[in-house]
Amino acid sequence: MLKLNSIPGLALLAAFAMCILVVLTFQRPPVDVIATGGPGLGMQTLYNPAQVNKALGMNQPPAMLPAINAGPMAGTVYKNVQVLKNISTGAFTRLMVSMTDWVAPQQGCGYCHVAGNFASDAKYTKVVARRMLQMTIAVNTTYTDHVGSVGVTCYTCHRGNNVPSKVWFTGVTPGSAPGLAEVDMGKNLPAASVDDSALPSDPDTPFLLNQDKIRISGNTALPDGTNPASIKNTEWTYALMMSYAQALGVSCEYCHDSRSFNSWSESTPQRVKAFYAEAMLRDLNNSYMVPLTTLFPVTLRGPQGDVAKIDCATCHQGVYKPLFGAKMASQFPALEGVSMQQAAPKPIVKPAMAAPKPGGSTP
Amino acid sequence: MPEYQNIFTRVQIRGPLHHGVPLPTGPWQREGKPIFSYLLGQIGNAQVGPVYLGSLGLASLIAGFIAFEIIGLNMWASVGWNPILFVRDLPWLALEPPSPAYGLHIPPLNQGGWWLMAGFFLTSSLILWFLRVHRRATQLGLGTHTAWAFASAIWLYLCLGFIRPILMGAWGEAPPFGIFPHLDWTVAFSLRAGNLYYDPFHMLSIVFLYGSVLLFAMHAATILAVSRFGGDKEVEQTVDRGTAAERAALFWRWTMGFNATMESIHRWAWWFAVLTPLTGGIGILLTGTVVDDWFLWGVKHGIVPHYAAMYGHIANPAKTQGGQ
Repeated sequence: MLKLNSIPGLALLAAFAMCILVVLTFQRPPVDVIATGGPGLGMQTLYNPAQVNKALGMNQPPAMLPAINAGPMAGTVYKNVQVLKNISTGAFTRLMVSMTDWVAPQQGCGYCHVAGNFASDAKYTKVVARRMLQMTIAVNTTYTDHVGSVGVTCYTCHRGNNVPSKVWFTGVTPGSAPGLAEVDMGKNLPAASVDDSALPSDPDTPFLLNQDKIRISGNTALPDGTNPASIKNTEWTYALMMSYAQALGVSCEYCHDSRSFNSWSESTPQRVKAFYAEAMLRDLNNSYMVPLTTLFPVTLRGPQGDVAKIDCATCHQGVYKPLFGAKMASQFPALEGVSMQQAAPKPIVKPAMAAPKPGGSTP
Repeated sequence: MPEYQNIFTRVQIRGPLHHGVPLPTGPWQREGKPIFSYLLGQIGNAQVGPVYLGSLGLASLIAGFIAFEIIGLNMWASVGWNPILFVRDLPWLALEPPSPAYGLHIPPLNQGGWWLMAGFFLTSSLILWFLRVHRRATQLGLGTHTAWAFASAIWLYLCLGFIRPILMGAWGEAPPFGIFPHLDWTVAFSLRAGNLYYDPFHMLSIVFLYGSVLLFAMHAATILAVSRFGGDKEVEQTVDRGTAAERAALFWRWTMGFNATMESIHRWAWWFAVLTPLTGGIGILLTGTVVDDWFLWGVKHGIVPHYAAMYGHIANPAKTQGGQ
């Protein structure tokens, strides 16, 4: 009989505990290794085939309606068409039906439109949808250095949800807690936004909403007084980079050679893509999302009362290219700004109506 | 004859329990009634206790307890005093140093003041413990090698959390007290410094660290291998080489042409261990003060190998486009 109060007994217990830990913590092999740099650099992105298959299943473009391009201009037939007035009624209707499938498949047209008066702007969701159409067109026309020829559609982010599943809200201001204890430092708690690490949980607000400096490295070997970045600054940048990596399902080596994160000549072309995304996200959050804040009911806003905002994960959803690079936008030329006169965005006025219930069902 | 070819100690010496040599007269005596423990006898001496606490030991424990409480209670407060979250999230929790904006001033308690206080008490505890180890060794008529080896570790701790922050002009440069957060801080330190691996003193520290491991393995294996010939009596064999010492020496001369002696191997081990934090601390103090980016420093001094560009020339888009 093996006594537990003996060395072999204790060793057996420890081995059992370690087995449980290994099974619960580690991924099952195999792991696919994709080299992203030259030989000898060890720049590798690791993929687990089971997870890739799961991601492939979850990131497919939906079935699309056959293209129609018939009928007079939508703006001449329908009232109060502001963004899509220069496309045919056929293309217009197809896009409207598609948008319903992408954003409000449960609620249908009534999610945005007043029954019997589709021209009415009474529902806030319609005002938001119009602004989001303008945003989509802006992304596809002015940010091609990031989205390339693939572009985005409503589905890229919404995936059948009223609100995209991967949005972010501003977190606590570090050090703002009134009490005697040091709490709410904006870090040092498990945070899903930074891959469950203890890093700063809201790196988006300083960098993708505000203009804080992301770069923490200097350009000289010796201190010349031009780079004041602290280690704390670095922790915020580090957190931002973790959120990028998590959003794209990649590791640091997708963009960087880790021997010098700063050096552009040691980086991959993807880093340039990400650079353009930073400017794009700041613009989308500040020009499109923040002005809509008061339109949204409080239940759809964040703990600080802020509007839902966009970061890498909103489109990428864990994949290096959203929907694995499926060219959805080219099926909807209107979203790529074809035959579009870019009207200056009108000031947004909150319509007088009751706030919809959470989940988006409007009365 | 005792057999040493085993993972665990096969020999348990159990003489009568003893209290050790008499102490000089003073207010402190050794505390606790000594006992025998079978399990501890498997990995060390079977006799447990007594312990000499002393004034330095007591002061060190009190200072350490205060630091422990400051850190622990702030951590607990950061999960809203929820005991379950405190246990579950403990590896993530931390007491954070002040924002760099406070420089070397004393910040409010909830914005780094507690951190400063915890650091003071933890440092006091460590230094008091160093003095205690030093005094215990002196009282037993020993050399003070252990105390100075511990001092080397304290040196690295002070470089990271005290001396470098002062040189940089901000407490915010110091690491937080927390399990994962101090590891994140370590990565951030290297990121900010443009890769600490190109810091020559960091290189030296790694050499001594890995070298310590190698020496430890070589020495322990050698002594276990010759213990059947009495090689575990290392001190006697330093001056009176028996067959164990001769065989161990011959083994290494056959293997690599040179051998340490029963005495010198311990000097090797002590210096490697002590030089690990000693050189590491120098590497830390140079970072940010006289070198800003170790990768660029390595490029400047020709220690960074060049690899052919795989994607052609990739330029910094901020140079042409503005931005960050």
